[in-house]
Amino acid sequence: MTATTVDTNAADHDDHDHGPTKGIGRWLFSTNHKDIGTMYLIFSLLMFFIGGSMAMVIRSELAVPGLQFVHPEFFNSMTTMHALIMVFGAVMPAFVGLANWMIPLMIGAPDMALPRMNNWSFWILPIAFGILLSTLLMPGGAPAGGWTMYPPLVLQTGDAFPFLIFSVHLMGLSSIMGAINVIVTIINMRAPDMTLLKMPMFVWTWLITAYLLIAVMPVLAGAVTMLLTDQFFGTSFFLAAGGGDPVMFQHIFWFFGHPEVYIMILPAFGVVSEIIPTFARKKLFGHDSMVYAASCIAFLSFIVWAHHMFTVGMPLTGQLFFMFATMLIAVPTGVKIFNWIATMWRGSMTFETPMLFSLAFVFLFTIGGFSGLMLAIQPADVQYHDTYFVVAHFHYVLVPGSVFAIMAGAYYWLPKWTGHMYNEKIGKLHFWTSTIFVNLTFFPMHFLGLAGMPRRIPDYSTQFTDFNTIASVGAIGFGLSQLIFVWVLLTAKKGETATDRVWEGSHGLEWTVPSPAPWHTFTTPPKARIANESFE
Amino acid sequence: MIRKSFWGLVGLVMASTASAEWALNMPKGVTDLSAETYDLHMMVFWWCVAIGVVVFGVMIISLFKHRKSQGAEPATFSHSTTAEVIWTAIPVVILLLMSVPAAETMIKLEDTRDPDLSIVITAYQWKWHYKYQDEGVEFYSSLARQSVDARRRQSGVDVNGVENYLLDVDNALVVPKGAKVRLLMTSNDVIHSWWVPELAIKKDAIPGIVNETWFKANEVGTYRGQCAELCGKDHGYMPIVVEVVEPEAFKAWVNTRKDGGANLASAQ
Repeated sequence: MTATTVDTNAADHDDHDHGPTKGIGRWLFSTNHKDIGTMYLIFSLLMFFIGGSMAMVIRSELAVPGLQFVHPEFFNSMTTMHALIMVFGAVMPAFVGLANWMIPLMIGAPDMALPRMNNWSFWILPIAFGILLSTLLMPGGAPAGGWTMYPPLVLQTGDAFPFLIFSVHLMGLSSIMGAINVIVTIINMRAPDMTLLKMPMFVWTWLITAYLLIAVMPVLAGAVTMLLTDQFFGTSFFLAAGGGDPVMFQHIFWFFGHPEVYIMILPAFGVVSEIIPTFARKKLFGHDSMVYAASCIAFLSFIVWAHHMFTVGMPLTGQLFFMFATMLIAVPTGVKIFNWIATMWRGSMTFETPMLFSLAFVFLFTIGGFSGLMLAIQPADVQYHDTYFVVAHFHYVLVPGSVFAIMAGAYYWLPKWTGHMYNEKIGKLHFWTSTIFVNLTFFPMHFLGLAGMPRRIPDYSTQFTDFNTIASVGAIGFGLSQLIFVWVLLTAKKGETATDRVWEGSHGLEWTVPSPAPWHTFTTPPKARIANESFE
Repeated sequence: MIRKSFWGLVGLVMASTASAEWALNMPKGVTDLSAETYDLHMMVFWWCVAIGVVVFGVMIISLFKHRKSQGAEPATFSHSTTAEVIWTAIPVVILLLMSVPAAETMIKLEDTRDPDLSIVITAYQWKWHYKYQDEGVEFYSSLARQSVDARRRQSGVDVNGVENYLLDVDNALVVPKGAKVRLLMTSNDVIHSWWVPELAIKKDAIPGIVNETWFKANEVGTYRGQCAELCGKDHGYMPIVVEVVEPEAFKAWVNTRKDGGANLASAQ
């Protein structure tokens, strides 16, 4: 052994720059933001398929009128579990996974600020969802009172009830810890010359999202704890017979639930704000106003919750306030959409898969925004409320909204993660099938809702048949299309070697590290200014 | 079994596209307020269409003109205060234009004063109970027998042959045309929601709370709706049927129901 190698090894030892440990221990005890990010992303994909297969049960049953496959109580379990799994198991962990992988790379930090907590916040999730999924086998069946868990109905849940509450507690715990980690990392670990307003949009939207999470997840925990004590400890927070108020639960739930909506869309805004400039080869238009708009949306999200409750019988003045406040959200959301289009305007666009998903996001999220504006109008909302119009609305903002942004982000950063280009043809096939089928699934639901079909029903009157059949065909097509994505992932390492920059128009610190990103990056802080010079 | 359903499905799609009425939009309904609600809905819808045409139009032009394959060179602008002020201000103005008529309709919707008739609606899992406050008439209303027989899994009944499948009841709510009917709603167990689209009314029936709403139907007819708030396994099986009749017919109906109703009341 020569003296030089001894020296190098010694240096390695001082830097702790050793590779990952072998075997399962690498994952179980991981404190590495990239490994934890990968686990989050794989977990969320798994949940996406589990939640998706429940959607397949729902759509199969609703394909034609009459009951064909399941009993009404199991149908209700499916809608409830589908929502809980998609919201807390698929969409939220996917964004946390992207945050874990990309925030340190984008701000030039060596890792997340609190790596052990990072490990814990991930490993709680499989336990939480293990518990939730186990309720499918319990006497009385899985929770069937809707993901909103309104009392008194939710108190009729069988043995699954305490398990539901506990799993929600765990999901909240995981989210809060993830959020703390994101905030501490962004505030303390940026490259020295990266001031707050120079941060990339994805980092900004995640910072805002993390504050929202810390503000509202404890509120949800409080609400479900009150349900628990109402059920088992003789309290009457929500029981009219004991002097409680069932509507109070709805106020508390939606005080969590509306910011939750933005928790699921703000990081999506961030992803799209990264991708569009790259493929338009032009700087993001109005970076600072995008930041202000996102902050504005976050603030408004706290004062609009009761628009989910226009039929519960609120005082007139309350309803007026919530209608006006809700309509206001259209303004900052509009600013975001206009800025994306201004970014495209006079750019030099190419249409790789991440760009295609981002463009579909802008189109289809806007359609969801339009139906959102319609829903804000209280007298019209009385007609829309709890119908398929609402189902169409929130699936438009969540599927071609959040999920498409996650897909866009996955394709965008995949070469950085694996070091290889994915198969562009298969990626485009995934995009086109997804886009066609997502519209086939959710667009007819607008008509169903307007024609009078309530949501959460296992069977319907025969005049609703046509659109339901179309939606079911679309849903099954959309479900199958996602298998193409699995194919893309399985063949991800077979493509040509990716360059460090990967995309011609890429910008930001994450493209200054090698592809695949080594296990440890930015052990010394970089200069952020240099990375952003690509457009200047 | 699955194979059979698949072919059933295919056949149904073929058959239904030929014959079905494609209800695409919200019904105009039969009350002044349902018409106002419809107009509001259409007003916001057309605003959305207009905004959509402009926004998507600009985007589509950009997608075709400003692409690399067309030889487009990227511009370097990344900011314009004027543009940003304009596209903040215009939406505010549009929202103001929408909010005024919406608020006006909302205020009317909430005005339950001076009713001609008051009906107490109590929701149960999974039926409705109607009590006419001054007429001494009360009864339960639940899913009609024909639908009950057909709704079960493997019932052997083709639901397409059942008239008003899942939207028919044994005892309909009967109200006079042109009368202001006040509905007082509560529930005996979980939260339900009483919804009839043609009357543009949806109000939650909540245990421990009495909610109020009202309607005045302008046309004689039968109007159907359903429970709109998830209320357990038979949530999809508690329809609502409202029969609007001429005032004389209503009086006659009350007289035929009265004895039974009075007996019920005195028995309590």
